[in-house]
Amino acid sequence: MTLADIAKHNPLLAKARRIKALVKKEVRQMVRDPSSIAMGVILPVILILLFGYGLSLDVKNVKVAVVLEAPSPDITELVSGFQLSPYFDAQFLTSMPRALELMRDREVDGIVLIRSDVARNLAVGNAQVQVLVNGTDANHARIVQGYAQGAIGQWAARRAAEGHTVNVGPVTVDDRLWFNEANDSHYFLVPGLIVLVMTLIGAFLTAMVMAREWERGTLEAIFVTPVRVDEILLGKIIPYFAQGMVGLVLCMFAAKFLFHVPIRGSVWLLAGTSMLYLLVALSIGLVISSLTKSQFVASQITLLVTFLPAMMLSGFLFDIRSMPTPVRLLTYTLPARYYVALLQTLFLAGDVWGVVLPNATVLAGIAFAMLLLARLVTQKKLA
Amino acid sequence: MFEAILRIIALTRKELLAVLKDPRARFSLLVPPILQCLIFGYAASYDLNDVPYAVLDQDHSAASHDLLAGLDGSGVFHRVANLDSVENLKTYINERRALLVIQISQDFERRLQSGQPANIQVIADGRNSNTAGTATLYIETVVNAFNANWRSSHGQPGLTVQIVNRAWYNPNLETRWDIIPALIGTLTMMQTLILTAMSVAREREQGTFDQLLVTPFHPVEIMVGKALPCMLIGAVMATNILLVAWLWFRIPFAGSLLTLYAGLILFLLAAVGIGLFVSSIAATMQQALLYSFLVMIPFMLLSGLATPVSSMPISVQYFTLINPLRYAIEIAQRVYLEGAGIGRLMPDLWPMAIIAAVTLSAASWMFRHRLE
Repeated sequence: MTLADIAKHNPLLAKARRIKALVKKEVRQMVRDPSSIAMGVILPVILILLFGYGLSLDVKNVKVAVVLEAPSPDITELVSGFQLSPYFDAQFLTSMPRALELMRDREVDGIVLIRSDVARNLAVGNAQVQVLVNGTDANHARIVQGYAQGAIGQWAARRAAEGHTVNVGPVTVDDRLWFNEANDSHYFLVPGLIVLVMTLIGAFLTAMVMAREWERGTLEAIFVTPVRVDEILLGKIIPYFAQGMVGLVLCMFAAKFLFHVPIRGSVWLLAGTSMLYLLVALSIGLVISSLTKSQFVASQITLLVTFLPAMMLSGFLFDIRSMPTPVRLLTYTLPARYYVALLQTLFLAGDVWGVVLPNATVLAGIAFAMLLLARLVTQKKLA
Repeated sequence: MFEAILRIIALTRKELLAVLKDPRARFSLLVPPILQCLIFGYAASYDLNDVPYAVLDQDHSAASHDLLAGLDGSGVFHRVANLDSVENLKTYINERRALLVIQISQDFERRLQSGQPANIQVIADGRNSNTAGTATLYIETVVNAFNANWRSSHGQPGLTVQIVNRAWYNPNLETRWDIIPALIGTLTMMQTLILTAMSVAREREQGTFDQLLVTPFHPVEIMVGKALPCMLIGAVMATNILLVAWLWFRIPFAGSLLTLYAGLILFLLAAVGIGLFVSSIAATMQQALLYSFLVMIPFMLLSGLATPVSSMPISVQYFTLINPLRYAIEIAQRVYLEGAGIGRLMPDLWPMAIIAAVTLSAASWMFRHRLE
């Protein structure tokens, strides 16, 4: 008996053979189409570079105008506080109208108005410094306010130490940032980057590839062969799963060696939970494409339900707890939310089972349900 | 010339029909941007309004109670636990049950009363260091209020340097006020670019592009006929988002609509130019879509939408100079919030005009090149 004969009589082997053929076809298609290579390899690399070198929430060199109505020796120290601070790129003016003009033209992001009597008033206890910021970027503006407050506070404290009659606040705050001691924004941007890459490869690419087969009718051609629906699905899932894992490995290497983000948890847990999320993303892509059967509509819907929420609602940039209740409830339906929690914890905090177990369980549940749904909505029927 | 215009009108009409006749495509063009604007308007905020915290109060004094009451009464902080050991503190942070733990040592009140500075320790979950930093700033505010109070009730002079903070254009510094005008540019660009890139690729994939080629249309006319409907749809989309910002979120519109739309037209020209260029490279719809994505993501991330341009490294800041979205967001925010006029917007308008001119002529060159 030849191998083919054995396969004929063993249904399981025959199934494996059919799946293998489908995977082979898919891989060939992938390799021959430059766009899916671009999506699977170039896009993760671009994203890694952008996130690593382009994005930063750390504010420095903010252009401010420091207005001194009349220079006086008492305030030189305060002025040099602004001059030497790495956070400010200060220019010194003597007229307020000129400063206002600069602010309107966006030449500066803030104005600090120091009156000449500030040092004298400081002794009496009613000194005043005005800080004016451009609120067009609210987050930035608030950080600028904070830094200005810091620079002025330090000056007051130094004068107090020098024996001037000044009172510093009796209670001071000593703050410590756990898991990210150096306050490096890469630490939370890089885990977010992995979520985006996995979502793009998993959901977006799969949805497009499957929708194309529906749209072009090539799926019909496969329907007349003995392959079953679950085999067709597996034939799509296996190659794109592999591509997703390549993306993950790229990101992990970049995280560790380019951006020096620590991986404090177990790498195996990280890989395992990523596989779960990848399965979820892949099956969402398959469900969307089977339901829409059109590349254009599938792309729009995938964008709407996977990529944008993964960026905006997953808790990677914006704090979920501060969102209004309806939006917060909505985030519970997003797989990305659980994956972000897992990544942030496994990267920065370690294997905290209190976070890993519940989130991984939910993710596994969603993966199972979505795979089932993908199987249900994909039927050997013509549209 | 007149005939050319007639032909372009006919093509525009055909294009609009092709896109809008499919109810699912119609739905996916009109509803998602509005939904996104609503959801992101509520979600995309760096402001915090619910910070769970735990307390390890080893002092249990009147002063420490006062300080904590200030936190509980702020409306932002809510206490999830009173801890009794440092061991517990770790679990609360690790398992994300609290964003902050405040530790007050047992000599807190004694030090205060003897006139020595007392300090409280704040431990923050740095997994999202931005959120943690903002929460710590809020704590400082509460502590400052406590300090002022303590001084006045103990006969000491008021705060030494009073800092008067004022913010222009966005008096309460709400993130929503700057994110939503920025979305006018972002969402419009995303949809317009994909729509343009797909419109040519679809015809190519379905073989109808060849039919178009045997008509008396000049390649440039085909291009204009493809660009115009996409710009129209883009303008409608931008208007929808503007209406949501204005009527739903009630963000006051400070500028003139005329200025805003002048900027918008330039921006749409640039976006459509990029879309057409992408579609002239792509052979299939899938390629068109993936390539537009490849272009869109860097534009989006380096636009100042999520993180300020001024925080980027200098070399990356140079790259943002060719990013039309960067200028569009700046124009939208400045017109919307600052009420800036054309004169003040010139530094943003002329680069966008150049980008539009370059991409459109590159696309038209590619078009002729690939067609003839």
